[in-house]
Amino acid sequence: MQTWSRFNIASVVLGFAFLYLPIVLLVVFSFNESKLVTVWAGFSTKWYASLFRNQGLIDAAWVTIRVALLAASVATVLGTMAALALTRYTRFRGRLLFSGMVYAPLVMPEVITGLSLLLLFVAIGFDRGFWTVTLAHITFSMCFVTVVVQSRLLSFDRSIEEAAMDLGATPVRTFFEVTLPVIAPAVLSGWMLALTLSLDDLVIASFTSGPGATTLPMKIYSQVRLGVTPEINAACTILIGLVAVGVLVASILTKRREVQRLRDEQAAFAGR
Amino acid sequence: MKSLGNIRRSFAPWTDPDAKPFITFRNVTKRFGDFTAVDDLTLDIYHREFFALLGASGCGKSTLLRMLAGFERPTSGEIILDGQDIAGIPPYRRPVNMMFQSYALFPHMTVESNIGFGLRQDGMPKAEIAERVAQMLKLVKLEQFAKRKPHQLSGGQRQRVALARSLAKRPKVLLLDEPLGALDKKLREETQFELMDLQQELGLTFVVVTHDQEEAMTMADRIAVMSHGKVIQVATPAEIYEAPNSRFVADFIGDVNILDGTVSASGNGKIELAARDGFTVRTVTGNGPATGSAAGFAIRPEKLKVTRAAPADASVNAAQGEIWDIGYLGDMTVFHVKLDSGKVVKASMLNAQREVEDPIAYDERVWVSFGETAGVVLKD
Repeated sequence: MQTWSRFNIASVVLGFAFLYLPIVLLVVFSFNESKLVTVWAGFSTKWYASLFRNQGLIDAAWVTIRVALLAASVATVLGTMAALALTRYTRFRGRLLFSGMVYAPLVMPEVITGLSLLLLFVAIGFDRGFWTVTLAHITFSMCFVTVVVQSRLLSFDRSIEEAAMDLGATPVRTFFEVTLPVIAPAVLSGWMLALTLSLDDLVIASFTSGPGATTLPMKIYSQVRLGVTPEINAACTILIGLVAVGVLVASILTKRREVQRLRDEQAAFAGR
Repeated sequence: MKSLGNIRRSFAPWTDPDAKPFITFRNVTKRFGDFTAVDDLTLDIYHREFFALLGASGCGKSTLLRMLAGFERPTSGEIILDGQDIAGIPPYRRPVNMMFQSYALFPHMTVESNIGFGLRQDGMPKAEIAERVAQMLKLVKLEQFAKRKPHQLSGGQRQRVALARSLAKRPKVLLLDEPLGALDKKLREETQFELMDLQQELGLTFVVVTHDQEEAMTMADRIAVMSHGKVIQVATPAEIYEAPNSRFVADFIGDVNILDGTVSASGNGKIELAARDGFTVRTVTGNGPATGSAAGFAIRPEKLKVTRAAPADASVNAAQGEIWDIGYLGDMTVFHVKLDSGKVVKASMLNAQREVEDPIAYDERVWVSFGETAGVVLKD
């Protein structure tokens, strides 16, 4: 066991303070009695109550959730298909170009993605709104899914697919009964990544959204420009809470599965 | 009755000119880009035969197996199974099943559903599947592991699941790709005999790919020794060992001493070879090379006799040398004898007795000799 030197303690405290102080402040002030964000006037939960009466914010949240669920799901299907094509058909013409193009949105500045999508929608006369935001989110989150799924597929043992076909499964059944269940964890984490990206996107949504399709980040941003209210703090605190719970549950599940696996393997070797 | 290798076979359809082969490769070639994996290969395998494809890695044996399973299409030539050309049939419509080297068990399924997978694909009724799966589990003695997942099994158990899964559909031919490669030595030896018994019991045709010659020798009815996409020799294990048809096979299977020389006399089914290593070899041969041509003589270490006294006729099949190295292996002792010509030959002697009076020691002068039928002439 290493000893904790003062230097180590200091760097840990500083590091965490740097990361979390702003968030802690935000959470604390969401329980502030006063309307002034920077002046503490006692504990209160009234901003949470008023948050749920703010129809604008609730509408925006609803739009965001619908966009995120739809975009993440479509992006997962397309991204998984792209990952399969890239790992399986390594010899087709223009593969290098294709893989480069799939990854381009990863490094492309969001402003450019947003602007080009806006130009496209205007050019083809697509009315901006819910569907344009969704399409835009599919476009930029798909490549993230591809990256996640592709890295799983690279370590995938192709012989289990061959075994399935050898046992009489057609290629389609092989995919749904063998390939997909095995890569499901990667597909799921791709989906969650796409969901998160879509939930907190501001730039691309601002470019491609239209009337009636204001997302939560856009709403918060526009309200902040009018002045930060504790209501926004409350909204953000709820978001932080949701994310924290999600991360916690995911890591507990992973940890549990690892422990279980280890125990199984030990049992297998003990009982051979 | 004399027989090669002290084995008498009752099952030998390949010697019967009227027997119809079950699997035929006819002029099969497979190229991957510039690389020729299988080169104009023709081969017959018979019903209920345990057939081994043996060779070093990259010799094309796995490609041959994968073509039989349907994962690779031959570039040219035809593969006939039970009278039908199967070259264009996809793997999921072929009456063959394969046991993979990595076992390729489905990690998300229990042992039971792994074994039942193929039956479910065929749409067999549930009750029948359950019955067949139970039967298979019993066959491989894994009844109490039915509900486990593959990662909860040991290597030997996984191997059995893979075997049960590939047998569940009762294929006409079972293909085995290095079936015992991942097992440790003891388990491997046990499993070899289990596989042989199973093949006998089920009456199936087995085609096994292996790089382990001992495994091939033990299990197979016939072995095809492959190199660079070609079959060099197809024969029973005893023939391969006792009568290799080429320098490659002689050298590849087991230990061998090869004596090179020139044919000094031939006729009457016998030839005399003046070997460069001090031997004058007189041996029996079917159709020996002509007088004056170069030839080799292959002789296995256990066929060489090492003695202190000169043999009766010291002018043929005998040479003098001194003991260079002695290796004691328990069941036998290996002598490296440095002949007066400078060549070192290997001779092995069975340790039939526990105690030997005055055994041969290092640096002793000895005679190395062998009989007229102890080795084979290799034409170059």
